[in-house]
Amino acid sequence: MLKRAKRRYLALEIGCEEPIDSGELMDAVWNAVMKLYGEYGASRAGLSMIDYDAERRFLVIRTAHTAVEMVRTALASITRIGNKPVAIHVLAVSGTIKALYKKIKP
Amino acid sequence: MKRTYADLHLCPDLANAEQVLRMVNKASKLGYRLVAITVPPNFAETNVKGLLNVCKEAKMDLATRVDLKPRTPEELLKALRRFRREFEIVAVTCESKDVARQAAKDRRVDLLDFSPFDFRRRFFDLAEAELASNGLACLEIDMKPLLMLEGPSRIRLLSSLRRETAIARKFGVPVVMSSGASDERLMRRPQELAALANLFDLGQKAALDAVSGNPMLIMKRNREKLSPRFVAPGIRVVRRGKDC
Repeated sequence: MLKRAKRRYLALEIGCEEPIDSGELMDAVWNAVMKLYGEYGASRAGLSMIDYDAERRFLVIRTAHTAVEMVRTALASITRIGNKPVAIHVLAVSGTIKALYKKIKP
Repeated sequence: MKRTYADLHLCPDLANAEQVLRMVNKASKLGYRLVAITVPPNFAETNVKGLLNVCKEAKMDLATRVDLKPRTPEELLKALRRFRREFEIVAVTCESKDVARQAAKDRRVDLLDFSPFDFRRRFFDLAEAELASNGLACLEIDMKPLLMLEGPSRIRLLSSLRRETAIARKFGVPVVMSSGASDERLMRRPQELAALANLFDLGQKAALDAVSGNPMLIMKRNREKLSPRFVAPGIRVVRRGKDC
């Protein structure tokens, strides 16, 4: 029987003074994964955006649980989006969205 | 046990006090407890005190670091004699094989640095590792070039790092990972630096040791050596007085 795909949710903090729209941001994440691991690696990551708060510079993405380290590495390698210097930091990783928000609650 | 993280290579513009403050605060926010700031050899003591105050405000521990770039082994020995007791961390950028060999065997050297841009000038081979394993020098890997380079130059750097970390593991030479950041945008969390180490096949535990255990060990050893109570390894003054 096919195993249920396990997922992980990552809460990210976007370090950038200028506004960035969610499309640009996800493109940058996809490009970073593709640059480091190629199209095969990117296809295994199963990336998708869950939530983006442009004001708080806070992003939640979903990935396959087997690809968390890969995505973490790719996120750390992002230094700019377009011409804007950017640093993306992983705040928390969790198996459910509910637990993720609980973890990062101030 | 909870790890204490250290970044032994921050290179802010020391003339820009605001930037120094921003980078120290960012390091604190990212989870570091100790940072080493590279200062020029002739840096005044009053300026060091200023840096100490900045770090104290951010509840960070500061280490002073000097980067030596000698052209010959003799120049290295001269610089070590002059600066070893003035700085807590001494790193040597090895620009020739002779300098690399001398630095690896000298017990006054803490960190061995190699050019990230010219792979022909990365001299960390088997002989270098054997010398370093008998001394106290660690292999330092800066993450800044890994973040800044792209395409073939990054591929070449990753390939060199993979080979060097494998050699270091074989000979038991500790690896230290630092940010090498000159700007706060290039600073990463310790766990993110460890994740980047996946790219050159350094295991998770070894990568976390490279940002916590190994740098902290260097600091502990050097602070003990620089303390006025130090006599020799394992021997220190416990009490001074007439009746001793």
